[in-house]
Amino acid sequence: MILSKIFKNTLLILAACLVLTACATKKEVATTADIQGQMQSDVYTGTDSVEYLADGVPDRVFFATNESILTTASRETLRSQAAWLRKNSSINVVLEGHADERGTREYNLALGERRANSAKDYLMTYGISSDRISVLSYGKERPVDAGSNPLAWSKNRRSVTVKAN
Amino acid sequence: MKVMIKNFFILLIISILPINAFALIEVDITRGNLNPLPLAVSPLSIDNKSKKSFEKILKKENIGIEISIIVENNLRTSGLFNPLSKDAFLQAPDIANLKPRFEDWNLIKAQALITGKVTYVNEKLRVEFRLWDILAGKEMMALAFTTVPDNWRRVGHIISDKVYERLTGEKGYFDTRIIYVSEEGPKVQRVKKLAIMDQDGANNKFLTLGNELVLTPRFNPTSQMVTYLSYFKNLPRVYLLDIETGTQEVVGDFPGMTFAPRFSPNGKKIIMSFAKDGKSDIYTMDLENRIVERITNHPSIDTSPSYSPNGNFIAFNSDRSGYQQIYTMRSDGGNVKRISFGNGIYGTPVWSPRGDLIAFTKLHKGKFYIGVMRTDGSGERLLTENYYQEAPSWSPNGRVLIFYRETKTNAKGEGFSAKLWSIDLTGYNERLVETPTDASDPSWSSLLSN
Repeated sequence: MILSKIFKNTLLILAACLVLTACATKKEVATTADIQGQMQSDVYTGTDSVEYLADGVPDRVFFATNESILTTASRETLRSQAAWLRKNSSINVVLEGHADERGTREYNLALGERRANSAKDYLMTYGISSDRISVLSYGKERPVDAGSNPLAWSKNRRSVTVKAN
Repeated sequence: MKVMIKNFFILLIISILPINAFALIEVDITRGNLNPLPLAVSPLSIDNKSKKSFEKILKKENIGIEISIIVENNLRTSGLFNPLSKDAFLQAPDIANLKPRFEDWNLIKAQALITGKVTYVNEKLRVEFRLWDILAGKEMMALAFTTVPDNWRRVGHIISDKVYERLTGEKGYFDTRIIYVSEEGPKVQRVKKLAIMDQDGANNKFLTLGNELVLTPRFNPTSQMVTYLSYFKNLPRVYLLDIETGTQEVVGDFPGMTFAPRFSPNGKKIIMSFAKDGKSDIYTMDLENRIVERITNHPSIDTSPSYSPNGNFIAFNSDRSGYQQIYTMRSDGGNVKRISFGNGIYGTPVWSPRGDLIAFTKLHKGKFYIGVMRTDGSGERLLTENYYQEAPSWSPNGRVLIFYRETKTNAKGEGFSAKLWSIDLTGYNERLVETPTDASDPSWSSLLSN
């Protein structure tokens, strides 16, 4: 009985360790460089690669490693895109989702699709019809920054809104 | 399909001479390449008339020497054999093929000897070869076959396969091809083409022009078909390509991106992912009746599916636990089990042709690993560590993995390259596989002749 209890406890501890190490992997990819004020907790906040659909309407939003959640800044960008799309009702867009180079090719294709869809969903909640939005994932095939460092990767984790017509 | 391959090659095995059962040499392939077996590959002897005929047809001065060099290179790259320098050979090729002076070959420390003869008969290339056990002083194997002269390289590969099989007890992997993605241009604007080459890098051929992005080609195990991802008209879809005829077609009619295709072991189905609304699930399509079946249904990303060789199970990676991990399930989608529990992220599971192992890519603490584990996830073994590498593909005998590796760029974003590498299941014998351009996404064919 006692033995089995000890055994159970060890198992619990082992399980806890597993959970903890799993959490550890989450953090390890990010950190290193919130350098130069261009990144905030793993998300690119600079404007280097950003282009504009119109005055004050940035064309892209950025994501944390492995994530497709929109940051506050991304939501602001997408709201300005939605307003612009409402004003220009004849314009359709393609949302091009991208990933950084630090993941397997096939998973990154899916991740790019998920990121673009996350932007699409947000545009739709601001009144843009899904008929006007298509989604295209490039995975890690079309980086904007060729660098092999956290800042370059953060620029590449993106969804870009491109005019389709 | 088998018939097709046979016609394609017109390989006629004329005679299989008696095999000596008392050979002493044997190569243990489970231990790695610590002591590669020293052996001598004598140039295949050739008479003057045949030599002149082949010189005219193939533009090769001495086809007997050329074939022996192919054999030598194959055996050397396997890491299990150490072909000795021809400069040290004392016996002429024609005499050695009749009856080697074992003392002479023993003197240069050869433990095995390959001899042979090439002749030009009825516009065909006829080759006979023999494998000799030097220590026992006996013939181990003798084989002869006839084919069209253009197939001379494949003759070298088939001899290599026969020798490998006789000395290791396992089938070879030399008469095979690799399909891969050729890459050119700057990292932010890569031009990618499908390319195919012999396992040793010869006969490289481009199958697409580079007008659209192409990714992840994979061979059908039973025929000359390939499935891959193409961005034709900016619609990423899974395609099917017949290498012989060049005909291409889209697989299935999906309202969105299909990707990560592979064939079922019998070649009748394609398994792949379909992405929609931020979810990716696994589907199959039967190539005969075009019936599409959904295999997984989960809000996560399920991709990189790979069948077990008996077709009963599927390995795939999914982030349903929060991060990319490897799972197995029955081929109907039932009994999903997570099998990777080590530290890090796991992807690209590929079932070994022997069925006992799954090769994978792992990311841990900023490093990428190619490794293998048993099909229940136990016995994880990492074979190689690097800045970036992924996408292992098995040699048909399950002894070697080919994969691709990318280099880290410098602060200016320069110095990027992508290359194919191979490594033994033992973790030894890591080798760069030469390609005319940068290369990625390799897939190894099954043996072309059997």
